[in-house]
Amino acid sequence: MTPEDIEHLAALLKARSGLILGADKTYLIESRLAPIARKEGFANVAGLLTALRTRRDEKVILAVVDAMTTNETFFFRDKTPFDQFKSDVLPAFAKSRISGDIKVWCAACSTGQEPYSLAMMMDEARAQFPRINLDILATDISDRCLEKAQAGLYTQFEVQRGLPITMMVKNFEKVDEMWRISPKMRQGVRFRKYNLLDDLRGLGRMDVIYCRNVLIYFDIATKKRVLEQMATMLADDGYLFLGAAETVLGITDAFKPLQGTRGLYVKNMSASASLRPSATSSLPPLRAAGAA
Amino acid sequence: MKTCLVVDDSRVIRKVARRILENLQFEVLEAADGQEALDACKAAMPNAVLLDWNMPVMDGITFLKHLRKEQGGKDPIVVFCTTENDLSHITEALTEGASEYIMKPFDGDILEAKFQEVGLI
Repeated sequence: MTPEDIEHLAALLKARSGLILGADKTYLIESRLAPIARKEGFANVAGLLTALRTRRDEKVILAVVDAMTTNETFFFRDKTPFDQFKSDVLPAFAKSRISGDIKVWCAACSTGQEPYSLAMMMDEARAQFPRINLDILATDISDRCLEKAQAGLYTQFEVQRGLPITMMVKNFEKVDEMWRISPKMRQGVRFRKYNLLDDLRGLGRMDVIYCRNVLIYFDIATKKRVLEQMATMLADDGYLFLGAAETVLGITDAFKPLQGTRGLYVKNMSASASLRPSATSSLPPLRAAGAA
Repeated sequence: MKTCLVVDDSRVIRKVARRILENLQFEVLEAADGQEALDACKAAMPNAVLLDWNMPVMDGITFLKHLRKEQGGKDPIVVFCTTENDLSHITEALTEGASEYIMKPFDGDILEAKFQEVGLI
């Protein structure tokens, strides 16, 4: 691998997915791209990288971007963002909203554990919030992840990470050596391919946005752009969840932390208002096909 | 320090579990079958039991049924840890009073997550 190859790969990843390939992450190139090099008939990863520069094979480019994206996730990851949804978000909406439909967006949902955790949690909280119905949209840039998410099929290892056994028994069935989430939960989540670098407003208005452990891979300018677009699409009384190690501090003042919580943000109304071109302008219509 | 009784007929599994649990600050006791485990519990009830299903002399589910009839036998939090991974086994374990269920193979992350789930750590 030449420095030029790595530089080109880094530029490609940033343009296609916003991913920053720092010097500390170059060690991932070999292990993540070797399977693609083999599949596409290159002698090694260096050969694949050279071809990326000289040929513009869209299929190979997509496969490379997909493989370099980190998809680590598990059910009820970090727990707190789900507890807070039940203790802070649901009671607030139960009081303030006449219609019970709450639009939730899981941005960069990977293989689906986050949206399914929300769907299962809502199912458990049904008696407590009988009027509220979650409309969950889950998006990701990776076809491979979305396919798995939609199938709702998980390994034994995956269903044991974060998922209480009672919830597993209630919501999963065993299919050979895998576990499939119930049709009821699958019907509760809409999956769609979407790139966070695209115009996000096409997704429509949201009440709650989960965008956890995604922005850490972006540079500051991209973080700012994504967060500020999210601010324009989030309802004024909406909520934004970031990862436990993430913050808006020093990036944008469109959001402010909800007092007494960590990782949970609300709109900073004075700052968010100025982001909108005009208060009456409508959002662009929903695109027919997923962009990316 | 909380105590955990590791019940498994495999010495290797007991050793692996012991290492993980000691890292989680548990005092670990071992038993090789359900009868040994029951005797240990009668002598002193542990805070937690990590329990295999298939063992000679007395299996895990029989041990659990006996344990729950003992004086103070409702106190220990029981987490199954077994290769039995079908819903009927899991449901039976929960019905008999197990709090969590680990399907082998397992690792430190899974064991820690499950123990957190039931409030042991």
